[in-house]
Amino acid sequence: MRIAIASGKGGTGKTFLAVNLALKAAETQTTLLMDLDVEEPNGGIFIQADAADVHKVTRAIPIWDPGACNLCGKCISWCKFNAIIKLGEMILVMPPLCHSCYACSELCPMQALPMEQQSLGEIRHLKLGKLDFTESKLDIGLEQSSPLIERTLEFADEHFGDKELQLLDSPPGTACAMVSAVKTVDYVILISEPTPFGLFDLNLAVETVRQLGLPFSVVINRDGIGNNDIYKYLEKEKIQLLAKIPHQREIAEMYSRGEIIYQQVPAVDEALNQILSKIRSLS
Amino acid sequence: MRIIFTSTGEGWDAKIDPRFGRTDYILVYDEEKDELVAHDNREIMEVAHGAGPKTAQKIHEFKADVLITGNGPGGNAAGILKTMPLKIFIRAGGMSIREAYEAYKDDALEPGA
Amino acid sequence: MKEIVIISGKGGTGKSSICAALAYVAKEELVVADCDVDAADLHLILNPKNSEVQDFYSGVLAEIDPDKCIACGLCQQICRFAAIEPHEKTYRVIDLECEGCGYCYYVCPQDAITLIDQNVGKFLISDTRYGCTLVHAHLGIGADNSGKLVAKVKSEAKTRAKTEQKAYILADGSPGIGCPVIASLAGADYVILVTESSKSGLSDLKRVQELVTKFQIPSACIVNKADINPGVTSDIHKYLAKNKIHHMGDIPYAEDFHKAIAMGRCLIEENETRWLPIFSEYWHDIKEKI
Repeated sequence: MRIAIASGKGGTGKTFLAVNLALKAAETQTTLLMDLDVEEPNGGIFIQADAADVHKVTRAIPIWDPGACNLCGKCISWCKFNAIIKLGEMILVMPPLCHSCYACSELCPMQALPMEQQSLGEIRHLKLGKLDFTESKLDIGLEQSSPLIERTLEFADEHFGDKELQLLDSPPGTACAMVSAVKTVDYVILISEPTPFGLFDLNLAVETVRQLGLPFSVVINRDGIGNNDIYKYLEKEKIQLLAKIPHQREIAEMYSRGEIIYQQVPAVDEALNQILSKIRSLS
Repeated sequence: MRIIFTSTGEGWDAKIDPRFGRTDYILVYDEEKDELVAHDNREIMEVAHGAGPKTAQKIHEFKADVLITGNGPGGNAAGILKTMPLKIFIRAGGMSIREAYEAYKDDALEPGA
Repeated sequence: MKEIVIISGKGGTGKSSICAALAYVAKEELVVADCDVDAADLHLILNPKNSEVQDFYSGVLAEIDPDKCIACGLCQQICRFAAIEPHEKTYRVIDLECEGCGYCYYVCPQDAITLIDQNVGKFLISDTRYGCTLVHAHLGIGADNSGKLVAKVKSEAKTRAKTEQKAYILADGSPGIGCPVIASLAGADYVILVTESSKSGLSDLKRVQELVTKFQIPSACIVNKADINPGVTSDIHKYLAKNKIHHMGDIPYAEDFHKAIAMGRCLIEENETRWLPIFSEYWHDIKEKI
């Protein structure tokens, strides 16, 4: 069972829920948590172990062969991502802009742009009892999240396919990176908060998962702030409200210290129980 | 010396465009010929990603010795500019081209990385 | 005209609330640009009306003409994104998977493939209830924010500021460290970093400051929820001092942030006695520093 925890915007408690849910689930079942917020992964602040193994992730990039090139410049006009430029008699490929589509490499009449594997980022893996945790991080200067997210999911299939529960802490927003992470899962849990900002962003996230045809339900964080509009929205849209996590200043304080919360706050523990019983009913 | 300015307009009174990659115009001043030529760069608005490298490529074609701009170029463009024998000065945003040129002559501009 | 950009590495730090409060204080002097297109929330407080709406296009998607397609399958073979699938004896493009690289278009022997400009969202110029103009955008689902869109929002804001003779542009910047945030920073005269007192707040602040340093733009920082974790707050203060980032001030954890948003108001409208002096002071500080 693979489940994504997602939200329309950042800062709604996505990592908080993913980390606490994973640790709680791992008390009784083998669990994998993947932090796929590859631009700014923060799950590692909360889950720490003495030893971590690091896996390098690569992808194919065209490498210019000056000996073969006749400087015809066709590659530059083919590349829709402006990843190739010509400086005098030199062709320059810019890895941050390249989408690894192979067009320039395979269409080049001189075969002067062979594809080679280049570093994309890394996956840090660590183990804590029944929990396996991976954190993927893009190399500095690179900015396309989707390829690393896809590699991480493949990595998970290869090494952790046997885990009873696989949780994804997906990238925020509803753009390409979030879609890449979410489209492979069995179920999505959306987290939001009861404010007009939360409602607006939840609505975008709901439209996205609906368009992907995925089953989903919603967890409301910081219940008690704001107003009831989000609950009216859920009712009107016939969306299941899976759990509410109350708004308490002490939760924010514990979180800011990088602490695990459910063992300290019974209301959070209760919410996690509701979410886990839903998850277990799915399989 | 050939000096390049990122600019919001065409002549000496135009302002330095603080943006590097997405600058509206590229102005090239040839000191020997005392000639200021403006190149319209506004097609860059249609570029979704990679505006910096595109503008850097143009600057390479203009074969200048000095670049005067506002904010520093982004990472991709900075890497390309490093391959050129080019002196970069920044923080001239808001000055007119003339003011920026005079400041350069007076050694009053801040060198860029 | 000066451009001030507010950014924060992570979401939920109160960036948009702070942006709205500054807009309230300086409404006579500025045009607001919402470049946080992925989570464009400012309009929920500023209540835009009389919007001038334009479609926004970015990138392309491939489309196969089934009448011209001879089902040779070459496009499917070369597509690295598995975006082409057999469909009713020919092939079709799965829009959500297509990266718009154009490779299939270049190789199709029948010219059966066209590249269609992709409508990724809407771009709006609006009046607001504060009286200042708001330039903002709404992206379609799965569409990526881009440097192009951010640059357009900002350049439109600049044009407006010129015609309205406003001295400042206040931009709510994009999150993350990619192309959109680079476009948010390009051309900025001053950057305000909003962070929160938490371990993730500090690590995200460091990531985003690296970018600001690259552009060599002077920056200042507001630490929100500063009393949540005094230890981290003091680490943030040390970091600011060490990196020569002007420390504008600390804001204690305040329920007013949520209350104000819930009412569709900014902090100052929620509690004028408490917040007006703080944000007037911030605005004064910003103008002095520029």
